[in-house]
Amino acid sequence: MAMSVFHRITGSALFFGTLLLAWWLIAAASGPKAYAGVEWFMGTIIGRLVLFGYTWALIHHMLGGVRHLIWDTLHGFEPQDREMLARGTLFGSVILTLVLWGVGYLIMGGTR
Amino acid sequence: MTDLPNAAPRLRTPLRHVRGLGSGHSGTEHFWRQRLTAIANVPLTIAFVVIVVSLLGRNHAAVVQIIGWPPVSIVMLLFIASITYHMRIGMQVIIEDYVHGELSKILLLVANTFFSIVIAFGCGYAILKLSFGV
Repeated sequence: MAMSVFHRITGSALFFGTLLLAWWLIAAASGPKAYAGVEWFMGTIIGRLVLFGYTWALIHHMLGGVRHLIWDTLHGFEPQDREMLARGTLFGSVILTLVLWGVGYLIMGGTR
Repeated sequence: MTDLPNAAPRLRTPLRHVRGLGSGHSGTEHFWRQRLTAIANVPLTIAFVVIVVSLLGRNHAAVVQIIGWPPVSIVMLLFIASITYHMRIGMQVIIEDYVHGELSKILLLVANTFFSIVIAFGCGYAILKLSFGV
């Protein structure tokens, strides 16, 4: 129950979070001057936290969606199944987000 | 439904259940498209997060070069298309569930569609410009 509401909350956050995505892409397309603002913001602790929160919400919503797709097949409705899926979504989203950030940092060639 | 054996012959047919496509007036189309885009979003989201993190801390020239690289541009364009379609349907469901005034509901549904389209075209145009470099 709480997880279903949370799915809507992350969905709404991601809906408005696309403004950040648009800002980032349009700034990059506009030139170095416009992009300097994005570079500065993403360099701050707040910027990194916002981005981490955004990507975590994205992954959490994604796993929550997979849970709904499993339910669409009429599986996973038993109390223990639902409990397992809820835990899997929560812990899985944190782990997967960290793993993807790790992969991103590796591609980037070390932390900076 | 009550069954009255001696009542008038049954004039009601299953048609009444499908006419108008139910209370949402959209039938199962949104249900299906929400799931179709959800499936597409799984690999696209994973790729997107890795791309964004790998661009952190890079300067403008490097970001332009990476986003303009066709495999990255194509994944980004597909991601934008799929998530904006998906979020428009999702927000519509939320609006229909919680907003009951007919006028405010219609205005919010219009705003929802406009917002999603502006984001889709804004991001899409930016990626194309980064790709073709005009």
